[in-house]
Amino acid sequence: MSEEKKSPYIIPIGPTHPALKEPVMFTFRMDGEVIRDVDFAPGQTHRGIEWMGMRRNPVQIVHLTDRICGICGVSHTLAFSRAVEQVAGIEVPERADYIRTIIAEFERIQSHLLWAGVAAHELGFDSLLHLTWRVREQSMDVIENLTGNRVNYALVQVGGVRRDIVPEQHRIIEDCLSTYEGLLGKLLDLFLHDKTIAMRCRNVGLLSKDDALKLCTVGPTARASGVNVDLRQDYPYCAYGDLDVRAILPDQHLGETRGDVYDRIVVRLLEVGQSCGIVRQCLSEMPSGEITAEPKLAKLLAICKKARGEAIGRVEAPRGECFHYVVMEGKEAPTAWKVKASSYSNLMSWIPMLRGEQIADIPIVVASIDPCLSCTDRVAVVRSGSRSILTKDDLHRLSVEKTRRLQQ
Amino acid sequence: MTEKVLSPEQVAQVFREKFGAAVTDIRITERREGAKKKPNFNIWIDIDRSILNPAVATLIDIHFPHFSVISGVDTGEAVRLIYHFTVFYGHPGSECTVSFSVNLPKKDLTVPTISGLIPGAVFSEREKQEFLGVRVTDIPDGRRLFLPEDFPEGVYPWRKDDTGLPDGMIKELWRSRRPTDRPVPPAGEKELCELPAEEAPPKEGSS
Repeated sequence: MSEEKKSPYIIPIGPTHPALKEPVMFTFRMDGEVIRDVDFAPGQTHRGIEWMGMRRNPVQIVHLTDRICGICGVSHTLAFSRAVEQVAGIEVPERADYIRTIIAEFERIQSHLLWAGVAAHELGFDSLLHLTWRVREQSMDVIENLTGNRVNYALVQVGGVRRDIVPEQHRIIEDCLSTYEGLLGKLLDLFLHDKTIAMRCRNVGLLSKDDALKLCTVGPTARASGVNVDLRQDYPYCAYGDLDVRAILPDQHLGETRGDVYDRIVVRLLEVGQSCGIVRQCLSEMPSGEITAEPKLAKLLAICKKARGEAIGRVEAPRGECFHYVVMEGKEAPTAWKVKASSYSNLMSWIPMLRGEQIADIPIVVASIDPCLSCTDRVAVVRSGSRSILTKDDLHRLSVEKTRRLQQ
Repeated sequence: MTEKVLSPEQVAQVFREKFGAAVTDIRITERREGAKKKPNFNIWIDIDRSILNPAVATLIDIHFPHFSVISGVDTGEAVRLIYHFTVFYGHPGSECTVSFSVNLPKKDLTVPTISGLIPGAVFSEREKQEFLGVRVTDIPDGRRLFLPEDFPEGVYPWRKDDTGLPDGMIKELWRSRRPTDRPVPPAGEKELCELPAEEAPPKEGSS
């Protein structure tokens, strides 16, 4: 009965777990209810997309980038297209810049609302989950109206966009914006003045400004810790340079910045309102003209094939900086392509956030950075202490065997 | 840490003066988008790996940078690593990227860690170790990051030489390489149209 065997003890959570929306492997060293140390292993979803991209031409890659993430389909495609456009010296028409901005902001609206619902669910507030997700549907309808799809929009193309926004669509967009602006006060009230949410989120999952800088965090996670960073303000691309966007920091609304889960809720909800304003301004100031620099794909490919050089495409995705680096050397496929999704920069911040918290806080703290890890390709199984990896083929074989057994 | 915003040319000048011959090349590119055509600047600095940490420290003195990621290119004889930073965020319209590029000959694929200065860089350094086969010396955590535990040693997916992914490791090869006995969709060699001379695209970085 040795005491030292009892503490610290290890709790594994993952690679898939009901508390996690996407697969990642956590190992917690616990001391009673308190988390002493955290380790995590991503890569449960690695699909080798960069490897695939280095064997395809830019027009094919655009459809691959749409599928890197199910939520931010615009951000990756936009960042990649901007990089290729810079290498090839393609000038994007102004109207296309505005359409890109509008769809990027709708993506932010639906992503933040989706996240708000997940956060409510993690806290056990399921009626609020259903309310926010019902509200979110209207933005999905607008996205479907603008692009033809709810996800994988396929709107952005190298050199511009593939669909115009016509005057008849302005009314549908305006309807959605005014609904959201009317609802925002109610949502803020429900999230920020609810006693339970405040108790669960205030001073939980703290990330100091210093840690946020040193661990390279981006987007709402960094802003909630008081780091004044927003690409739409700092490094304006597309139409953002014309619009005067300013980063939303929690102290503007609450008078102070603590860098906890609560602040992350504040930043994201206020950004929904900000996005509505940006879309409205874009609609009223949208210049007329072409929507793409080169509508003929064969000609576009010929231009890309001659391009030589390297470039960076950066976009403020809903979760923060989305970064694409492309090298082209006069061949059909890029020589090098590096994708840095926004969550790539945010995962390290889990470690200081989770240290010292309780087991029950794990889901909301993990969800508070809005991690995006995408779909799985293999499964790890722990059986009697030894760990083995089951591939899709193994699982398929097991499944077939079970069917056969049942048929006997 | 000063809060003064320098112009891209001034940043370049700091590195030229401080490191002399160890900085082999500095390029500044710009991009203008939207109706007002406000510029974004990107600074590309080619350096020797011996001054990687001093260069990052110099950047920290200018403005504590946001570290984005390390990109890597297999250039045949060498592996080129590009460390992407941004400075002057928080100042509307003034942020610029600073990319330090180091060339590592394949005979000696080692690079010092920068995690002493930027702790968050470990994540990207771990990724470069497993995907490009470079060795990051003094890395505080050298475990694998994204690749599965049973991935073979000595195979590096982003390399373009013998250490890259062998065909045998790629499932359903036809998905990544088209069959040779049918036309290549969507735009094969024959379908590409020749550009008239005056429409030839301008070189990199112009706007």
